[in-house]
Amino acid sequence: MSTNPAILVDKLNVSFADNHVVRDLSFSVASGESYGIVGESGSGKSTVLRVLAGLNRDWSGSIAIEGQAQPKHRDKAFHRNVQMVFQDPYGSLHPKKTVDDTLAEPLAIHGLGDAERRIGRAMSEVGLPTSFRFRFPHQLSGGQRQRVAIARALVLEPSILLLDEPTSALDVSIQAEVLNLLSALRKERRLTYILVSHDLAVVAHMCERLLVMQFGRGVEEMSAATLAARDPKTAYAQQLLTASEGFKRG
Amino acid sequence: MSDQPLLEVDNLRVNFHTPTGIVRAVRGLSFALGRERLGIVGESGSGKSMTGRAILDLIPHPGEVLADGMRYRGQDLLTMDKRARRKLRGRHISMVMQDPKFSLNPVQTVGQQIAEAYRVHHKASSREAKERSLAMLEAVQIREPARVYELYPHEVSGGMGQRVMIAMMLIAEPDVLIADEPTSALDVTVQLQILKIMDDLVTSRGMGLIFISHDLHLVQSFCDRVIVMYGGKAMETLPAAELADESARARRHPYTLGLLGCLPDLDHPKAELATLKRDPAWLA
Repeated sequence: MSTNPAILVDKLNVSFADNHVVRDLSFSVASGESYGIVGESGSGKSTVLRVLAGLNRDWSGSIAIEGQAQPKHRDKAFHRNVQMVFQDPYGSLHPKKTVDDTLAEPLAIHGLGDAERRIGRAMSEVGLPTSFRFRFPHQLSGGQRQRVAIARALVLEPSILLLDEPTSALDVSIQAEVLNLLSALRKERRLTYILVSHDLAVVAHMCERLLVMQFGRGVEEMSAATLAARDPKTAYAQQLLTASEGFKRG
Repeated sequence: MSDQPLLEVDNLRVNFHTPTGIVRAVRGLSFALGRERLGIVGESGSGKSMTGRAILDLIPHPGEVLADGMRYRGQDLLTMDKRARRKLRGRHISMVMQDPKFSLNPVQTVGQQIAEAYRVHHKASSREAKERSLAMLEAVQIREPARVYELYPHEVSGGMGQRVMIAMMLIAEPDVLIADEPTSALDVTVQLQILKIMDDLVTSRGMGLIFISHDLHLVQSFCDRVIVMYGGKAMETLPAAELADESARARRHPYTLGLLGCLPDLDHPKAELATLKRDPAWLA
């Protein structure tokens, strides 16, 4: 195993016109680690993931993946290694493509043979029965769709998964299934995760360390244990934690 | 008289006749609402939203609403004609929907929409309606009511839009407010502000609130009583505080325990989350 962190972000800045959405953000994620990013809407947390995934090319600063500095325009090998799962499985799957089409496309793009075996493996890993292979998204439940989205990411055998609110569109019971699946996959495949979420309990459950963001800045980085002990140092992190504990009268 | 519940629902059923058979969205739900915060929780498809809509007579065709009894302050809602029902709706029983983006009229300023809601139910000049609307915007803690009054829905944030909706629903001073996931599209801190507004209204005006949500933590901390729904049926009704009460676990319905068990919990970290086991016998 190399000593390089899986992901190293240094002084990342992103602006949309006059709107400075990510400001001087730096963090690193070790190989095999699961790292959480939390914050309210507009804090820039999803933008960070999109920049890391190469979906947003307008940024400054430096990003290194497994020791390699990344250019604005990523190459094919990068995309094979770093995959993303989006929030809304209703929006992220093509409505007119079957599960098989969805899983075969990344393989065709990357010129990987043996599609039959790879698709079968990805489906069984996410717990989808093979009878679902020729179904369309509308024939699947929300949880099953998110499994397809995860299988689509896994079929290329990446080492890094970027998860953007992967369960916030799902019922709690389905959320539990998807989170369990993600934990199991990480263990089996030694994957590195960045999990973006607004749910502190989910992040504490899934991640070893997390970063709290506000107005595009990293406010505080802490361990999940610090979070569980209700011991963040900054006032904002404390406020977020209190708000997540539900309504208080008086 | 004060003991009379605001709303009584007895054996409510909502059916949809589809080409492939009858879909039973609500299967025999009974409850009474006083001047309190009543939570309805359940997963998607449990019939919680349909319950709210049935009370307001907003079930779309081909849906059918059946009940042994449905009364608002003793008035029978089932035998009431459409017109009388419409008069009740908005004026006495009101509903806040989940997403302000889809529920506000995009081509009218938010102020006009609030004023219209007032004038539909009260004889008032447009000037008085505007004054009332501004006061209402202030009541839901919008900082510059005069400026916000002139804005169109796309110019306001999600949290502000939701406050506008609440202002619109409350300007007629209803006795019963049905809030269908009013805060699930909002950030936690904004969510708490909105809840505070509704909470004050229940306490100060003696309104009855039906709070529909999938968020168990929120319902537990906000409501007085909770109905847990699954597959269109109430699994159990319990005091909200008992949801978290470990000593009351033995009395809980397995579905309620299942829902609680699959939530990640800061205080009780677990290697693997429990998954929900559903028993078809619950729906029998």
